[in-house]
Amino acid sequence: MRKIILALIMAGSLAAQHELGGTTYTKTDIDIGNRLYIANCIYCHGPDGDQIAGVDFTHAKFPRSRSDDDIVKILRNGIPGTGMPAQTMPEPQLRTIVAYLRSLPAAAGQVLPAGADASRGKILFLGKGQCINCHRAQGVGSYFGPDLSDIGMLRRVVELDQSLSDPNAVIMPENRMFRAVTADGTTLTGRILNQDTFTVQLIDSKERLLSFQRSELKQFSPIDRSPMPSYKDKLTAAERADLIAYLMSLKGISQP
Amino acid sequence: MKKLLIFAFATAAAASAQVGFDRIVQAEKEPQNWLTYSGNFNSQRYSKLTQITPDNVKNLELQWVYQAHSVEKYEATPLVVDGVMYTIQNPDDVVALDPVTGRIFWTFSWTPSPDSRPCCGRLSRGVAILGDKVFLGTIDAHLIALDARNGKPVWNVEVDKAADGYAVTHAPLVIKDKVIVGVAGGEYGIRGHIDAYDAATGKRVWRFYTIPGAGEKGNETWAGDSWKTGGASVWVTGSYDPDLNLTYWGIGNPGPDWNGDHRAGDNLYSDSVVALDADTGVLKWHYQFSPHDEFDYDSVQVPVLADIQMPGTSRVRKVMLWGNRNGLFYVIDRTTGQFLLGKPFVKVTWMNGFDERGRPMKVPQAQSNREGTLIYPGNQGGTNWYNPSFSPATGLFYIPAWEDYSSFFVKQDAEYVKGQTFGGGGPRNVTPPVVAGNFNYRKDGEQYGVIRAIDPKTGEKKWDFPMSDVTDAGIMTTATNLLFSGGREGYFFALDARNGKLLWKAALGGRVSSGPMTYSINGRQYVAVCAGSALFVYALRQ
Repeated sequence: MRKIILALIMAGSLAAQHELGGTTYTKTDIDIGNRLYIANCIYCHGPDGDQIAGVDFTHAKFPRSRSDDDIVKILRNGIPGTGMPAQTMPEPQLRTIVAYLRSLPAAAGQVLPAGADASRGKILFLGKGQCINCHRAQGVGSYFGPDLSDIGMLRRVVELDQSLSDPNAVIMPENRMFRAVTADGTTLTGRILNQDTFTVQLIDSKERLLSFQRSELKQFSPIDRSPMPSYKDKLTAAERADLIAYLMSLKGISQP
Repeated sequence: MKKLLIFAFATAAAASAQVGFDRIVQAEKEPQNWLTYSGNFNSQRYSKLTQITPDNVKNLELQWVYQAHSVEKYEATPLVVDGVMYTIQNPDDVVALDPVTGRIFWTFSWTPSPDSRPCCGRLSRGVAILGDKVFLGTIDAHLIALDARNGKPVWNVEVDKAADGYAVTHAPLVIKDKVIVGVAGGEYGIRGHIDAYDAATGKRVWRFYTIPGAGEKGNETWAGDSWKTGGASVWVTGSYDPDLNLTYWGIGNPGPDWNGDHRAGDNLYSDSVVALDADTGVLKWHYQFSPHDEFDYDSVQVPVLADIQMPGTSRVRKVMLWGNRNGLFYVIDRTTGQFLLGKPFVKVTWMNGFDERGRPMKVPQAQSNREGTLIYPGNQGGTNWYNPSFSPATGLFYIPAWEDYSSFFVKQDAEYVKGQTFGGGGPRNVTPPVVAGNFNYRKDGEQYGVIRAIDPKTGEKKWDFPMSDVTDAGIMTTATNLLFSGGREGYFFALDARNGKLLWKAALGGRVSSGPMTYSINGRQYVAVCAGSALFVYALRQ
């Protein structure tokens, strides 16, 4: 069994290497580039990198650049006269963004089945899926879990599919749940909003913004498993595809 | 009467404008002032002022705030001299203030050349003073002398070329009639040096290259021509032992930082401490902490000088205490450079012991490579430039540390182009950021900051004050067993230096990235610290 796990890890690691233009990128590079892409690029380029006319990272369409160095140069200097700004981060970080962009074509096959329907997915989101018991989207649902109003701009199909089937596979630090026990013995579960050496801030299942002095808590500890159930057996494959289609349609709410 | 008064004021003004070297060398005799970057030449950041104590520190009250017009990290330590505070407004303005009220006497504004390109912050960590002049190093690698009374420049020299990546970011050190500065730029393929300039004229008196030139001893530790672009920068102020007439400086990383393929050898004097004759700049001894470094372990920490009776010996020994970015705590004989003790103060995986001469034994797998190698401590180090403190009262060494902290080190090609970054790869975080901007989501087992008290006789940890985020704040201790420090979370706090117990704290709302300092005016003790973009000054409630 141990050997099998090792083999899987090695396979994963090999699969994660991308060799293009003579440069090999590691899974670490791609993961870091993914985070930087989400933080800096995704609102214009979109999760699949195809939101700007003539540019399509998923299909390796880079109209102004051929080599990795060309892309780094564009990231560093921006493109004058367009909406593409210069990035101030150091070169090693810029290289990880290139690593991520080069990894995107491998996920190009991960598209929804032709029949997936966002309007059916919305009905599932509001009803049978019970998603709004924890999540919020477009002004409806609970504040307790992550707000999904712009999830279609932040995640690809492949990532949403993984989260629905195996919610514990990737839990972003900002979505961590903690258990707090107060001096009078009350136990609270909440999503962490912030903390420091002396205090913690949570939003709890009753949707309250709470702040505690650590000294007044008997216990404060992370809950390592996601409270979200797996939808692998709760929904059919077609229903999951509908739900993902709906989530992919969530591109944010216009500001009042 | 009128004449007498005028005469009295004139005398006071004249006295205040003269800071002879004799005063600086005996700075511990006037603890009401803070005459050098680290308080005095031994750089212990230990004050003999006693008005604020563990019993009354809870009564500290904000006196005034100086809001700098800069959003850069505020890393400066102010000087206080005879009723005037001199500090920095980033990048390179000097401000003279009333240390009682915060009112400004004068400001000197310097606009650095657009060629300036410091890697890691457009800032200065402070100024130096001698006689009637204040000395400033700038991010475009100038050294400027100002008239202490009105802030007008007296002389201005170019230390090196900003366009080639050189900068001066540390507070200069005055020794006798000379002003000593080193150059930053370890990420740009510079060749580092430490210079002494005549304080009266700005004329350069000596230069010590931190990388030996062709034919010089130590040059053979660099393959081929790699010494010409090997970095070895200087960006934190050194120390001085007047009895030995030696000045000690920590030297930065070799370049390219993360790819040592083309610089085979130990790469002297990168990641070393050098002891220089203060009159001539001639090297007396060196000790290298991290030979052939590929992890950016600059040894730019402040050398802390102390006189300690080490175990198994009968005499008090002149030593140097050093908590290094590479995660190890060292005790070194500062007369000879002899290695006396070395011990990890945080989790360390790149080495597993020392040979009989004090050279670290590297773990063979601990090399930067193309796939990435996981190493503790990570790129920012077990500590960094933030000043530690030694208290003769407790006999303990206090260090701001990063615990459970690692990086993947990835090697990439590096080609030297003058003035461009010359890194050869870089570090990668192991996990998604658990602290992002103002938000902290960490859980136990992920990196954190700590004030760690170490017994310098053994290297053993005595106590910890852990924080929920890592720290860039320096430490100051006092004769009443107080320890002042802060952290990224914006708290400024006082601990009991004997046991680490929290005695007082204030939430300043901005990262503390400097070392606290203290001074006294008319019998009232003040404590100053920078947080965010502002300088905060506290004293006991009256």
